[in-house]
Amino acid sequence: MGLYRVVVVVSYKKGLKDPEAETIYRDLILKHGYRAVKELRIGKQFTLLVEAEDSEKASSYVRELCDKLMIYNPVIHDIEVTVYS
Amino acid sequence: MKSFKEVAPEVEATVVWHKDFKSVNDWDAVVIPGGFSYGDWLRAGAIAARSEAVARLSEAVARGIPILGICNGFQVLVEAGLLRGAFLPNEHGRFVCRWVRLRVERPRGPWLQLAEDGVEVHMPVAHGEGRYYVSSDEYKELNSSYPIIRYIPEQNPNGSSYDIAGLGSRDGYVLGIMPHPERAVTPLLTPRGFRPGGELIFRSISRSLKSGW
Repeated sequence: MGLYRVVVVVSYKKGLKDPEAETIYRDLILKHGYRAVKELRIGKQFTLLVEAEDSEKASSYVRELCDKLMIYNPVIHDIEVTVYS
Repeated sequence: MKSFKEVAPEVEATVVWHKDFKSVNDWDAVVIPGGFSYGDWLRAGAIAARSEAVARLSEAVARGIPILGICNGFQVLVEAGLLRGAFLPNEHGRFVCRWVRLRVERPRGPWLQLAEDGVEVHMPVAHGEGRYYVSSDEYKELNSSYPIIRYIPEQNPNGSSYDIAGLGSRDGYVLGIMPHPERAVTPLLTPRGFRPGGELIFRSISRSLKSGW
């Protein structure tokens, strides 16, 4: 058993209107000349410290809880799960 | 509760704390009011939707007990999967509080019994996360056979898909509505140019519980 840091990022699906991201992109980033930035998306990050046998189990455990407890809503969100040991 | 007293005094209504909502058998109908639940953290209604009380609501749905969700209550019903779709923060990024004009389409079931198809009703909205979202495929289904309450197009206050302000289950036993019918029952508190449209819902459920629907 080991402790794994699992980072979950929940962001809006591409194509969904996200006024906060649009405003930051348009009125801050582009306006100040950072034209190399082609896209900006905003998400919510959850960092979990999980006890598990290995990193794969830590990942699937967290994915399961995200699905079952609806940490994200598949209708509007994408989810990204990354495990750090 | 005051709304019932005002327009349907024959209905006996009680405020029940979610932890005291033990059995669905005790009630003929359930209203989940607006406000906030669990700080609206994660997403509005998301944490409440996994509570024991809401698990019991699913039981109530199976038994055909009418359920109305207002504002946060609508968000809870959607998060619990009892109604379709999802909610996003308002498109303009601000909390919005004002009276709106709505149109009721395909009224059906106990909460809209007295509504005529296409009737215009007025009530206020008050929310920050009221942008209803539904995919175009799902919308096709909703728009063919579900009761829908829509903002009159130019008056969509939050960027909701297809101007949707409220939605029923197909049979109308479950109804969710983002605007506040309970704040639209008293002529005295209704601004000029509007009519108190909430009474329609409270009178409907009163009639339905008494003589069926």
